[in-house]
Amino acid sequence: MNAAMLRLIALRLALGLLTLAIVSALVFTATELLPGDVAEALLGQSATPQAVAGLRAALHLDQPAWKRFLIWAGGMLSGDPGRSLVNQLPVASLIGNRLPNSLKLAGLTACVTVPLALTLGITTAMWRGSRYDRIVATLIIGIVSVPEFLIASLAVMIFAVKLRWLPALAFRAGVQDFWTMLWLLAMPIGTLTLVGIGQMARMTRAALVTVLASSYIEMARLKGAGPIRIVLIHALPNALGPIVNAVALSTSFLLGGVIIVETIFNYPGLAKLMVDAVSTRDLPLVQACAMLFCGAYLSLVLIADVVAILANPRLRQR
Amino acid sequence: MRDDRTGFSGAGRREFIQLAAAGAGALWLPGSAQAQAPRRGGSIRAAGYSSSTADTVDPAKQTLSTDYVRCNMFYNTLTLLDANLAPQPELAESIESDKATVWTIKLRKGITFHDGKALTAADVVYSLNRHNDPKVGSIAKPLAAQMTEVVATAPDTVRITLASPNADFPVVLGTFHFHIIKEGTTDFTKAVGTGPYMCKEFTPGVRTVGVRNPNYWKPGKPYLDEIEFFGIPDETARVNALLAGDIQIAGGITPRSTRQIKAQPGLAIFETPAGVYTDLIVRLDAPVTGNLDFALAMKYLQDREQMRDAIWQGFAVIGNDHPITPSNRFYNKDIPLRAFDPDKAKFHFQKSGVGSSAVPIVVSPAAAGSAEMAVMLQEAGSKIGLNLEVRRVPADGYWANHWLKSAVGYGNINPRPSVDILLSLFFKSDAPWNESAYKDPKFDQLLLAARGETDFAKRKQMYGDMQLMIRDSSGMGIPLFNSYLDGHVSKLKGLSPVPVGGMMGFNFAENVWLEA
Repeated sequence: MNAAMLRLIALRLALGLLTLAIVSALVFTATELLPGDVAEALLGQSATPQAVAGLRAALHLDQPAWKRFLIWAGGMLSGDPGRSLVNQLPVASLIGNRLPNSLKLAGLTACVTVPLALTLGITTAMWRGSRYDRIVATLIIGIVSVPEFLIASLAVMIFAVKLRWLPALAFRAGVQDFWTMLWLLAMPIGTLTLVGIGQMARMTRAALVTVLASSYIEMARLKGAGPIRIVLIHALPNALGPIVNAVALSTSFLLGGVIIVETIFNYPGLAKLMVDAVSTRDLPLVQACAMLFCGAYLSLVLIADVVAILANPRLRQR
Repeated sequence: MRDDRTGFSGAGRREFIQLAAAGAGALWLPGSAQAQAPRRGGSIRAAGYSSSTADTVDPAKQTLSTDYVRCNMFYNTLTLLDANLAPQPELAESIESDKATVWTIKLRKGITFHDGKALTAADVVYSLNRHNDPKVGSIAKPLAAQMTEVVATAPDTVRITLASPNADFPVVLGTFHFHIIKEGTTDFTKAVGTGPYMCKEFTPGVRTVGVRNPNYWKPGKPYLDEIEFFGIPDETARVNALLAGDIQIAGGITPRSTRQIKAQPGLAIFETPAGVYTDLIVRLDAPVTGNLDFALAMKYLQDREQMRDAIWQGFAVIGNDHPITPSNRFYNKDIPLRAFDPDKAKFHFQKSGVGSSAVPIVVSPAAAGSAEMAVMLQEAGSKIGLNLEVRRVPADGYWANHWLKSAVGYGNINPRPSVDILLSLFFKSDAPWNESAYKDPKFDQLLLAARGETDFAKRKQMYGDMQLMIRDSSGMGIPLFNSYLDGHVSKLKGLSPVPVGGMMGFNFAENVWLEA
């Protein structure tokens, strides 16, 4: 089983690299297709043909696109993502500045969301059809239907402006203390939790309900196993596949897809970095961000699959 | 250096003032600020309206107001524009010219850069010449192109030769792109200048931190120990941060948000009447509506007071259908303000022969307030038989697809450092941005003559005549100049308007202090 498992992981990693290569080519082409280039974006209205030509030459944009792509790919393979065309800073340091922020937000949010969602999903599955189940379902659907900008704006209005309990801006440089950090990030984490919790809880409940209806659970119940034992030991391992997948999808969204929360709380994370990069046509930075998001997504899905296989006796035996 | 059109609202690169030019302050303290002695110490957090990886401390690359604020913390220019947009010597001690063509600049003595190096003519030569190097990609290249030679004639003297006479050259030197940097500087990850604050941290798209320059050449200044400056692109978030006490000053506030800020004790609005305007354009080269009578009818239909109060909540100054603001030193006071006059409008409308067929008027969020203004015109027009049809188009692509192309529509123009630049860009017969296709050889001659005229009174006369020509013969309706609005804590003192732009002409950093 171990050998089969390792083979699977190796195969998936190889496929992942291929996916990254394809994605980088696609992103490069798409950015090339956007009207204007970095020289025009930088010069704005003072983009006289002469000025644009000069700046293009200085940035090596006058070389054909395939050549620039190969130079970039070569750099990437040797571990150097190049320099930003807009401010000449190394892409690695630009991302290095933002990545810890994004990881902090994503990690803390996951720490809150995942246990909460699993608890809600498991308990509603255990007591399905009860009043508790119906209340939770209604609440979750209600929350999922409210757009995150509204949740975030309301939170700012209430907790920052009216009550003054929390800061309106989530970023302060040089904060080391964990509790201060939590205080700063409370509203972004809360917002993202509300956004992500619905899907995870509903997926957990749905997966468990299907398994709980199967005959081997009935058998376990007839043998006299308690409800908690039935759910955690008998049902959950079989339902874990879809659940970890839902968790993986929600978590990968937290890394690069939280542009609205980053905007409202003015939090310098990766999503904003990539939006900036696209709007200034800063190719090396766009590429690096795309690679990062794609890589994170692929890894999370891979981890989810491995966990699902390891947890599920049937898949494990094959 | 010219992109300049949007008003409030929205993010994006092409925003707010581009070339607004210089800041003021230093040599000019307004009455309100003199009432109280400035207090040393303290630190503030300030927020502008944009933030991206394109944030820069390279003077040649400044595009947005946030760049101007940041660079003004660290650098100085040779001249600085005051509250009347007149250039005052800054790093320059004196500026003299020979027929407005050869300019001799003597530098102030005893000025040092943040690293201790003394300011010399070589630094000035380097700072000015780099704009003409295409590899630098300077935004100010069109302005710098007039300098054919920049040389140091002595360690403290620079001689600049222009391709043609330009009496406004000291104004050009006061535009922020001509900040003075150290000779040979090519690395702009940190800023080393002569300015009031020293660069402690600069992270594009995140924040800028400046600490007080103890050796600053203006005695006593700056007053604060530290300023943290960053951008909050979302206006609601910016206002909320101010309301929640996270920041002490927020730039670029919309009139809508002013009530919320004024309602909270301890907060205040800082208004800067400036030269931003949203203008009605009647293109004189268009079929049917392209005649002066129709344009005049439209101009008389503008109820300026109502527009000011309803659209801008009073934060605007009435305009007279020409682009010069009342606070400008070249403003012609003798031209009577054009009032709302439906009878005259009706007279000109009937003479125009446009008739009762529908006239489309193109509006867009890209030209701030244009939709509201057009609806008011439509209302007033219906009473004199003019059938206006308001056509709303999206902001995206407005400047490329509709501006200068619609027979009747709106533009939005940001202030320019000098009257000459403004008129050359928008009213000269062959100007690519001649919004109403206004053509008058007499105007062009006058423009050229005024550019080389060094006598202030004569220039003022010429510019005064040109204001009248634009008011009466172009297709432009400029009903209002809307103000820049910033919100701040009342404890922050020393702010006074400089019509170059908001936040004290982007130069608040060296002028503000915190009340105890």
